[in-house]
Amino acid sequence: MVRLTINGKPHDVDVDPSTPLLWAIRENVGLTGTKYGCGIAICGACTVHLDGVATRSCAMAVSDAVGKEITTIEGLAQNGTLHRVQQAWIAHEVPQCGYCQSGMIMAAAELLKNTPKPTDADIDNAITNICRCGTFQQVRAAIHAAANA
Amino acid sequence: MNVVPNINRRTFVIGSAAVGGGLAIGFDLPFGGPVSAGATGNGPELGVWVVVKPDDSVVVRIARSEMGQGTITGLAQLVAEELECDWSKVSYEYPTPGQSVARKRAWGSYSTGGSRGIRESHEYVRQGGASARLMLLQAAANEWKVPVEQCSAANSVITGPGNRSTTFGKVAEAAAKLPVPDKPKLKDPKDWKIAGKPIKRFGIADKVTGKQVYGFDLTLPGMVNAAIKESPVFGGKVKSFDAAKVSGMKGVKKVMQVGDTAVAVVADTWWQAKTALDALPIVWDEGAHAKVSSETIAESLKAGLDAEQAFVGNQNGDIKAALAGAAKKVEAVYAYPYQNHVCMEPMNATARYTADKCEVWVPTQDGEASFAAVLAASGLPADKCEVYKLDLGGGFGRRGAFQDYVHQAVTIAKEMPGTPVKLLWSREEDMAQGRFHPVMQCKLVGALDKDNNLTGLHMRLSGQSILAAVRPQVVEQQKGRDPLVFQGVADSGEHAFGYTIPNLLVDHAMRNPHVPPGFWRGVNINQNCIFLECFMDELATAAGQDALEFRRKLLGKHPRNLAVLNAVAEQVGWGKPAPQGVFRGLSHMKAFGAYVAAAAEVSVTGNKIKVHRIVAATDPTYAVNPSQIDRQVAGSFVYGLSALFYQECTVKDGRIVELNFDSYDSMRIAQMPKVESIIMPAGGDGPWGGVGEPTICVAAPAVLNAYAAATGKRVRSFPLKNHNLELA
Repeated sequence: MVRLTINGKPHDVDVDPSTPLLWAIRENVGLTGTKYGCGIAICGACTVHLDGVATRSCAMAVSDAVGKEITTIEGLAQNGTLHRVQQAWIAHEVPQCGYCQSGMIMAAAELLKNTPKPTDADIDNAITNICRCGTFQQVRAAIHAAANA
Repeated sequence: MNVVPNINRRTFVIGSAAVGGGLAIGFDLPFGGPVSAGATGNGPELGVWVVVKPDDSVVVRIARSEMGQGTITGLAQLVAEELECDWSKVSYEYPTPGQSVARKRAWGSYSTGGSRGIRESHEYVRQGGASARLMLLQAAANEWKVPVEQCSAANSVITGPGNRSTTFGKVAEAAAKLPVPDKPKLKDPKDWKIAGKPIKRFGIADKVTGKQVYGFDLTLPGMVNAAIKESPVFGGKVKSFDAAKVSGMKGVKKVMQVGDTAVAVVADTWWQAKTALDALPIVWDEGAHAKVSSETIAESLKAGLDAEQAFVGNQNGDIKAALAGAAKKVEAVYAYPYQNHVCMEPMNATARYTADKCEVWVPTQDGEASFAAVLAASGLPADKCEVYKLDLGGGFGRRGAFQDYVHQAVTIAKEMPGTPVKLLWSREEDMAQGRFHPVMQCKLVGALDKDNNLTGLHMRLSGQSILAAVRPQVVEQQKGRDPLVFQGVADSGEHAFGYTIPNLLVDHAMRNPHVPPGFWRGVNINQNCIFLECFMDELATAAGQDALEFRRKLLGKHPRNLAVLNAVAEQVGWGKPAPQGVFRGLSHMKAFGAYVAAAAEVSVTGNKIKVHRIVAATDPTYAVNPSQIDRQVAGSFVYGLSALFYQECTVKDGRIVELNFDSYDSMRIAQMPKVESIIMPAGGDGPWGGVGEPTICVAAPAVLNAYAAATGKRVRSFPLKNHNLELA
């Protein structure tokens, strides 16, 4: 049994400690907004925040997340108000299929926390998520819009 | 903990209760098995497309699937346009495939591929909206005892003589009792107020909050999870497996063979199932193809380039004489690899089986194909089967004609009656068991006369037929020929060749390796556009002519081809100086009924190619949602350029080598060029074109032509990573 703190709430999870954090979040806690895309920390669909740092949860053991504040896409809105990145995503109609967008949004939210007015180069460096639908043009526009919101 | 999505929102439940005293409108379909007002018999429900509830809300039923391409929104716009309803009151639902079968295919085709979603159903869904409007008007006229000609509808409100006014919801129940007008007159698109506008797509908010339920997210009470491994060598079978080694692992419920070719582990959670499956010793009978490699396949295709026997796809004049009499001959051989769709959401399906009912929840591009797989795998009759469609985390052609994962899920669920089983493929399984973009080589020979006019072109394709594997009956009807191979270079139709060349031969030597081919976004236009449009630049260079002018001379008889090419040339600044170090390339094609062109600007530094900008033009005859089209165009370039630069499924020992993104890369935001989309619908009465696929084919040749302009080098086999070229 490991204790995880997800979106401010404690969850006691009965899993093997080597289980990837992604699967504990999805299958044991039941938060399915965080996605599986590759299982080897390349595509970014599984991105969550760990103590505020964007982290790929598919290749990290759940035991390594104990004692840390985990934020998933479901916890990004505060007091019922969507995060400015989510709002910009809606305004710019960023998602196509939408499957990779939870991870993309979590990466963008961390970028704006650290770099409030990112340049295009900052975006290129920070956003390394794969999107097979090809939403990048709208992702870039929405990040700039959120920065100026 | 269990998350049960609100399936009812997207599921049509038969019976008047579901209609809520509202209105449903049906009409004859172009597909067989039409449902007339009398055919369904009972209740106020007459037909299929529109429900108007007493509170004025409108539910539009959509048979096609949504995978981010915007089809559901576009189709709803077309229905709402004719209905004259308030767009803010519109929602949608998916009628289930089981209902479609029960009601004799009342909603027509469910297939969401070939860029067909809108272009092949716009007429009958608009008629559905128009019929509904006429019935509502008639009901109001009857109530007011006035001629219907004096009533009009706008924004869900009906007005009549003497300041009479009512709403759709108030007359819907009476309207539902009226006969359905047959083939109502449709609006002139010039008068469109909802269709043709960049209306926001449905479902965006749920996709930014994690609420959207994909097939992979579905949880049902009591559900268990399955992981599967099929013979990595195509055509191989399971010889044996040692279930005892893993059956005691935590959470494991069952270790089982699935058909002849696969083994599955069922466990409480998918991670447990996958962990046990990875630890399970499996011995395969690898079958007849265990020695096949990319090299042996390439040799077989190469032999086809000069083979005597080939199927003709497009022919005029006398190509032999033209080549024999040429002042100058130009020759080149190109090769295109196997590629995987790599949908971000791996293949999955959830099945629940009992002797009385088999239900499947699945993200599918074709609900009817899924339904057929449920029937086949369950052995139950149609009235005991049902499919619930969920939105897709990517489709790109993998989730339409091929329902292997549905078949597997049902097969597993049959071993555990009453227990819902969610089958999810690992990314590695997804990559190993693709239905791959087929391999093709192409030898092109062009003839130039002494004045450097193009007098002849022979384009010999050699490679794999998708239809021979997937729709063999079509190939049989064509006496062994696969007409789809000629997409973009065909003699007529939605994939017609655009150039007028006095002596032309396009033919195909069919070579079918054991790797299963499939429909991959754009299908055969991907390679055909590279072959043709790169070679046109090679011919222009040999003729000492500008690439645009060379093409223009050959496009005089095809004004819509010429128009899109001219549009991108003008906007990119063709003929004017490019920025320092930047070079340009062009391409164009007619595909899926749409005319498309691209002009790319690239610079080259060492082995790094930077694509700065691509101007794209699309003429789909009518543009239902321009904002959605812009996104499809830019997205298609990401898909197409990822393929061009990075993607090859290599075959070794009969199996696929690349099993994840570490060896099969995909473009990131840093590599994304600026895409400028020109939408230039020509209108008129002709067939509409698609938008999801056509532009995918023009990006690669435009970039390759710009690369050749920059370096003088031609690359003729792909992906470019094999030539140590990188996308910067």
